[in-house]
Amino acid sequence: MQKSINLRSFLTASWLGWQIESNWTDPFLFATYSIIKPVAGAAILVLMYSIVTQGNFDSPVFAYLYLGNAFYQYVPAVLTGVSWTIIDDREHYRTLKYIYTAPVNIPFYLFGRAVAKFIVGTFGVVITIAAGVLFLNVPLDWSRVDWPLFLVALFLGVLMLALGGLILAGITLMTARHSYYIGDVVAGGLFLFTGAIFPLEVLPGWLRPVGYILPITYWLELIRRSLVGAVAEAFPTFTALSNGDLLLILAGSSLVFGIASIFIFRYCDHQARERGLIDQTTNY
Amino acid sequence: MSQPLAVKTENLGRIYKIRNNRKEKQRELLALENVNLEIREGELFGLLGPNGAGKTTLIKILTTLLSPTSGQAWVAGFDVTKQPAEVRKRINMVSGGETSGYGLLTVRENLWMFAQFYGIPSPEANRRIQKLAEIVGIADRLNTKSSDLSTGLRQKMNIIRGFLTDPEVLFLDEPTLGLDVGASRDVRSFIRRWMDENPHRTLLLTTHYMVEAEELCDRVAIINQGRVLACDTPARLKQNLRHEIFFQVWVIAPRLLDDYSFLQIPGVKHFHQFPEEDSLRLEITLEEEAVLSEVINEFAAQSARILRLEKREPTLEDVFVQLVGQRMEEVENVTVSAN
Repeated sequence: MQKSINLRSFLTASWLGWQIESNWTDPFLFATYSIIKPVAGAAILVLMYSIVTQGNFDSPVFAYLYLGNAFYQYVPAVLTGVSWTIIDDREHYRTLKYIYTAPVNIPFYLFGRAVAKFIVGTFGVVITIAAGVLFLNVPLDWSRVDWPLFLVALFLGVLMLALGGLILAGITLMTARHSYYIGDVVAGGLFLFTGAIFPLEVLPGWLRPVGYILPITYWLELIRRSLVGAVAEAFPTFTALSNGDLLLILAGSSLVFGIASIFIFRYCDHQARERGLIDQTTNY
Repeated sequence: MSQPLAVKTENLGRIYKIRNNRKEKQRELLALENVNLEIREGELFGLLGPNGAGKTTLIKILTTLLSPTSGQAWVAGFDVTKQPAEVRKRINMVSGGETSGYGLLTVRENLWMFAQFYGIPSPEANRRIQKLAEIVGIADRLNTKSSDLSTGLRQKMNIIRGFLTDPEVLFLDEPTLGLDVGASRDVRSFIRRWMDENPHRTLLLTTHYMVEAEELCDRVAIINQGRVLACDTPARLKQNLRHEIFFQVWVIAPRLLDDYSFLQIPGVKHFHQFPEEDSLRLEITLEEEAVLSEVINEFAAQSARILRLEKREPTLEDVFVQLVGQRMEEVENVTVSAN
């Protein structure tokens, strides 16, 4: 049976993304890099926590920040995975115009290219959590994990991040090579406002609303509650909200975000055609 | 009954708004102006013009990469701005002089991947890849990573990518640019063969090589500064010059000749000189053969000794000179200096 253009675009781009992501070096180096990068990232945070709290790894604060940090790896991975493809195809491989003139659904193609980054990001998350459970007493009891909530939250979160990546891809389409790491820059900027490593209450009152309007904040909270429910509930953020409330907010904000991202991408795509930017190369 | 149109443009225009930096005021660059073309299904149509004439801009519009600023265009019956998805199912494009492709993938993988975007089942895609690779002479490199290919071989890979999907309308933008003589000849013969295989295939080729346009195209549009100056079969375009006489002369002279003195001779229409290794090659157009004696006298006056003199048939280059007043390379040099 003939696959639809959307599915074809997604599957072929996923294959291509994986080839590019996994073939830049030999498999051993790739595997080593995939392990060392997330562990090193977590180690810096653990070291800082250890100095500040004098090694109090039993505090619920530790589980809070460790899990938040672990899952936050998805944010730059997916945002960059989707948006970086524009630069990669346009400037590096010079194939973007051929992708654009083929019967390809561009958003699905971009999502497909991000799958490899998502998979590598998942390695990072799993390795980070495993290290936390095995060596740092992160209180993760597999039998008490709320798997349905976890899976639904993870799916919604990744979808929301992919749609965020689509907005960045649209912006990238209209700009030059300056936006090379736009995904990483945005992810880095949001790190402090999404409750990834500390509750929003730590922020000054006037900065907290930033966190409240970002779907990532609700997503991370849901992920924590699904994995270590009792510990996560010890924090003031969102204590008034049930898991169902949070899920509803995440789904609603993702929907709004999704609709906005599609309109923004379409606008940028249209502008790029108007201005002849689809095949521009900046050559520097 | 007339043949259906594969490409149609109506008063198509494109203006670029450009500025080099933020402080500079935006200026307009006219790339296409009132282009009206009708390309019939089954035609191998050539767009001939110097670099910067607007050929690539036209291809970009027809392949949905760029929006026109005025007018309309249809490809395979679909409006390129309103129905781009329908257009893309029916077209493919190859740009010459590029090294595009995913360097980490082999030639076969690159081509297979693009075939997937067009919904070609894998066994059929692999069969076509093998066949086309044999035709263009890279069958032995199918399992080589494309980053390891020379520029010419990469270009051949891209040419296969264009033909692989068997499009209704294929756009080739300077397909032999950067290829050596032998490879260019192979590509040209392949293009002709591909067209002959199926009368419903349409190909729009842009080139600034006169020989390519003359050898391949059923009809040619001559384009300069965004305007189509003439459109007809190569034979009919040249027929307009049947009252003129063309000479090619090689002379040895102490210095470049004084063009003005030659152009002052009544009956001399064009005079162009090209320094070669040991001599000067001259392209001279006369209104009648009798003028030749005066031209020869002028050679003597300028101490130029004739090595060889040939009367030749008009070419598309002569058509271009007649329309624009300059040879194509002169127009390109002016464009380069202006930039």
